[in-house]
Amino acid sequence: MPTIRVKADGDAALETRDVHVHYDDAEAIKGITMEIPRNRVVALIGPSGCGKSTLLRCFNRMNDLVPAARVTGEVLFQGENLYADHVDPVEVRRRIGMVFQKPNPFPKSIYDNVAFGPRLYGRPKDLDDIVERSLRQAALWDEVKDRLGHNALGLSGGQQQRLCIARALAVTPEVLLMDEPASALDPIATAKIEELIQELVEHYTIVIVTHNMQQAARVSHFTAYLYLGDLVEYDVTDTIFTAPNEKHTEDYVTGRFG
Amino acid sequence: MSPADSARASRHFDHELQELRELLLRMATRSEEQVRDALTAVKRRDAQAAQHSIERDREIDALELDIEERAINLLARRQPMATDLRTLVSTLKISNDLERVGDHAVNIAQCARRLAEAVPLPNLSELDRMADVSTEMLRDAIAAFIDRDPDLARDVCRRDDQVDRYNDSVFRVMLAEMSRNPNTIVAAVQMMLVARNLERIADLATNLGEDVIYIVEARTVKHHAEELRSDQEGEGEFDQ
Repeated sequence: MPTIRVKADGDAALETRDVHVHYDDAEAIKGITMEIPRNRVVALIGPSGCGKSTLLRCFNRMNDLVPAARVTGEVLFQGENLYADHVDPVEVRRRIGMVFQKPNPFPKSIYDNVAFGPRLYGRPKDLDDIVERSLRQAALWDEVKDRLGHNALGLSGGQQQRLCIARALAVTPEVLLMDEPASALDPIATAKIEELIQELVEHYTIVIVTHNMQQAARVSHFTAYLYLGDLVEYDVTDTIFTAPNEKHTEDYVTGRFG
Repeated sequence: MSPADSARASRHFDHELQELRELLLRMATRSEEQVRDALTAVKRRDAQAAQHSIERDREIDALELDIEERAINLLARRQPMATDLRTLVSTLKISNDLERVGDHAVNIAQCARRLAEAVPLPNLSELDRMADVSTEMLRDAIAAFIDRDPDLARDVCRRDDQVDRYNDSVFRVMLAEMSRNPNTIVAAVQMMLVARNLERIADLATNLGEDVIYIVEARTVKHHAEELRSDQEGEGEFDQ
């Protein structure tokens, strides 16, 4: 039996109920039930192939875009099943934003990158304010405020990643999903992203997948350890890294395994 | 952002370290007060004050547990380096030392309770001076920690010999008193125990001073470490 000690006490931003994911015949997620407490950082860790990225993609229906993927079970967002028939996946992805491993700005100006989402969902009059607020929240404003018209591809990798975070924030999501957001960045840029995560959590709920256990330890409140599609242990991060309950978790965090 | 800007930027880790520092300060202040209360109880032969000092120990023990848990969590989660690492490791040692200071204060308070019922002794000026020097050492060691002042810390370490000499002289005076007047044996033994505990408190203040020097200068000064190391290097050459 897995050890699952994280309870949202009725204030879950997201909740899964017996979620299974199949890629054709292969079962990548084997029935996971967990709660993501609001305004907290939850890290998903585990060796390659454990299902952590697949699970992350269930939270905003990104698996819909993978033809072979089939999701069963429920993912509840504010009490509503994201996989119910009437739910619009595009609206889901506005409210539950995602940041990817490799920064992927559009080949447009810095301004247009951030304004892209708001324009897509309407033509707000206060676009300048939205762009500035989003860039400030992403801790990028001071570095780019004098060159908003410049092409985003001219930014450094770390700046591009923060731009992608700003772009995700511009459509006022409630949850941010991050899939290895710092693995392509140098240590300084990584540290900035980690600091940013800890700022953002005041206003957002964050679920982060990371290969870097130390990163999970540094930034998250709760950590879930997955192995071969099972949730092995989900507890307060302090506990996972000082006294995990499961032998398997202990072996992974001490580097004896994985 | 220039490197200087990023150096100034405060990290979340800094807030966590600051909280830990504040807890350690509270613990330091409490243990210093506890020692003072215990010594007042000895001086006034006040069993009630002694009891008060003994009861304070629970708070210090609880603080030690809290500090220890936080420090271990931070070690596991932050993988601290350089000054952060030295600070955390020293925090564990300092909280342990302060907890011991609290225990010695309890011992002194227990002596005070027994002294309150024993035959009065003539005033022992050596013990008064010893109490002054050791509590001052403790206070300065804490101040050195607050201000990260290695010079004050070194000064604390130097005063330890003085306390040892007072301890010896309290023992001599009390032995003489006991042989002159066996009625005073119970009280004299308690006074010797008070001195013995003060001497240990001064040792712990010295440890604290050594930890401050380690945090600030990354130098180990305890057990005359640098001399020990150069001795070992010398032996190594000899072996070859």
